[in-house]
Amino acid sequence: MYTPYPEYMMESVRKVEATREKRMSEEPRRLTADEKDALLKEFHPDYREEAFEEIKIGPNKGQKANRELVHLLHSNSRLLQDKVDLSKVDYDVDVLVIGGGGAGSSCAIEAHNAGADVMIVTKLRIGDANTMMAEGGIQAADKENDSPVQHYLDAFGGGHFAAKPELVKRLVMEAPDAIKWLNELGVEFDKEEDGRMITTHGGGTSRKRMHAAKDYSGAEIMRTLRDEVLNLGIPVVEFTAAVELIKDEKGQAAGAVLLNMETGDYSVARAKTVVIATGGAGRMHYQGFPTSNHYGATADGLILGYRAGAPLLYQDSIQYHPTGAVYPSQILGALVTEKVRSVGAQLVNAEGEAYIHPLETRDVNASGVIRECQEGRGVEVPGGQKGVWLDTPMIEILGGEGTIEKRIPAMFRMYMKYGIDMRKVPILIYPTLHYQNGGLDIEGNGFTKAIPNLLVAGEAVGGIHGRNRLMGNSLLDIIVFGRNAGKAAAAKAKDVELGSLNVDHVEKYAKELEAAGVATGEVSPLLLPKYARHER
Amino acid sequence: MVNVYFFGKRYQVPADLTIMTAMEYAGYTLKRGCGCRHGFCGACATIYRIKGKNELKTCLACQTQVEEGMYVASIPFFPTDKRTYDIEELKPDQRVMMELYPEIYSCIGCNACTNACTQDLNVMQYIAYAQRGEFEKCAEESFDCVGCGCCSVRCPAGISHPQVAQLARRLTGKYIAPEAKHLTNRVEEINRGQYDELIEQIMQKPIEEMKELYNSREIEK
Repeated sequence: MYTPYPEYMMESVRKVEATREKRMSEEPRRLTADEKDALLKEFHPDYREEAFEEIKIGPNKGQKANRELVHLLHSNSRLLQDKVDLSKVDYDVDVLVIGGGGAGSSCAIEAHNAGADVMIVTKLRIGDANTMMAEGGIQAADKENDSPVQHYLDAFGGGHFAAKPELVKRLVMEAPDAIKWLNELGVEFDKEEDGRMITTHGGGTSRKRMHAAKDYSGAEIMRTLRDEVLNLGIPVVEFTAAVELIKDEKGQAAGAVLLNMETGDYSVARAKTVVIATGGAGRMHYQGFPTSNHYGATADGLILGYRAGAPLLYQDSIQYHPTGAVYPSQILGALVTEKVRSVGAQLVNAEGEAYIHPLETRDVNASGVIRECQEGRGVEVPGGQKGVWLDTPMIEILGGEGTIEKRIPAMFRMYMKYGIDMRKVPILIYPTLHYQNGGLDIEGNGFTKAIPNLLVAGEAVGGIHGRNRLMGNSLLDIIVFGRNAGKAAAAKAKDVELGSLNVDHVEKYAKELEAAGVATGEVSPLLLPKYARHER
Repeated sequence: MVNVYFFGKRYQVPADLTIMTAMEYAGYTLKRGCGCRHGFCGACATIYRIKGKNELKTCLACQTQVEEGMYVASIPFFPTDKRTYDIEELKPDQRVMMELYPEIYSCIGCNACTNACTQDLNVMQYIAYAQRGEFEKCAEESFDCVGCGCCSVRCPAGISHPQVAQLARRLTGKYIAPEAKHLTNRVEEINRGQYDELIEQIMQKPIEEMKELYNSREIEK
């Protein structure tokens, strides 16, 4: 017999195998609205009060956020210590895009195509972003039985009716055009012989509108966008982080102070419009969770914007993806795409029970996994973490032999590196910190209300997804809001007259921190997580 | 614990770490050579040799467990040569490759690229498809490429394989794969304003009504 797990784990695998046939004959029941609410309140990490702390200064003063984020919000700018001469301008452009992921790249392409002089700065490389790691797919209501209105209902309801309607409207109404735009750039979506998109469900979708490129959906989109940015000759300044926004005396966004990550030297970028497209925050490891996010996901844009006076929205709402890898330890926290469930795998506890419908929304399924583990129906791995099974062999039974290698090759490869053949045995999962639902507050046009000429796009935005995002709406949002920001920033730049540059908000913020008595003594944004172990 | 050598210097690290986490355990703060940390971005191309063995291996540092006696050097950047083009002006015929990446015809068939691939792709085969203008096959064969560049590092002909594959995929996605007509139709419907009124209506509904609509919506089987 094939035994890639320790014997005590194999005992549980045999229980999963014993119930498989019966489980496959019946679809697990979907929870009622009340049952979902009760499950979330008891088990979702967003409801763990002790993990949160009050923000003491700034536009969201009095509201809460995870302690790790509050710590950064209560820290000061590097520029308090390091004085930078703003009269020496190193880069002078129409549109400055901070961040080289999917949102930043699509923004830059559209700004360029609209005739603007645009540049990208990014603290790692272009494409080192959560976009690259998105696996499952991208939503758009383009099939005959679907409509943008149905998509609106799914997204708004899935986000607990908290999203900003004008943002959801843009998301769903511009979705089909986003897919078309990507396709015309050369993104290879999964299609039938006749060109029809192959679409599946995601958690919480009422129509099959998940478009994919195998389980490299984000990578395929990101590498195509990157290729286009380079073809267009858009300057990309890599290994260069924005550490502070610059304003002019009228209070308009006017650029950013940049830090060379390798040499430690500062430079100054002046711009008529600035787009924050810095992405997420998984590497903050809120509440000690492992993460599916890339190395640079440290909420930088939220800190930059907030210190300059832009409010946050739903900064206390985080998405824990229900299925992160737990075993083996080398891939702890790595994303196991929701597509694994879209193509048929059930969530099964240690006793072999399909204890929940596998395609509830992510917050509900994550809470379900946590409940099973806390109540003794999880499987413990060496090292002490617990998880439940994702019954992957079902996929091959349902879709036929070869389905796993064809539809989810990245997952197959990731596990085979450690000798686990998911065609034959289930894999063990636990929630992983995946997505920042909240972020900087924007208007329907993509601009912040608080700071003229400042736009935000992508994961750094709050309010598009309410308090829970559906699978496939993030790849969508980075394209829709990235493109919109690029066009809007380019148009606005034509009318902007910049005055003299300053970072006065840095001193002002420091005084407020001091007055509130909460200054941490550290600097933010964090830029990179502190993973190096030092013996002394 | 195992002994590993980063750039020739010995460190003792727990045996269950990856090369990447082992470097951090040793005290390195990574800037280059670290991206997504989950095998999708190709930032952490790495070359290693096990002490006493002759074979030189390539891998992704985030996806590879350390071994006793591993001599490790990361390749944080490699100058692959991307040619620029206007995708709207191209046609998916063989001449495209001859014009943009003529060096692929200098391939000597050594298969070093395939041996170096961290994703176990048949790199030499997809270059052969590109040579023949079989872009769809090249796209399929290269689809799982993460662009780490280990193939190009080892290529005696100086081919930038990931860039060739990127071009083949874009040509396939844009020109060769058939059009999704339902998508074109939906975009036209939206542009004609067919959903404008309906979307405004749903945006105006009170939350209680939205909850009712959401909780009773029919879910496609």
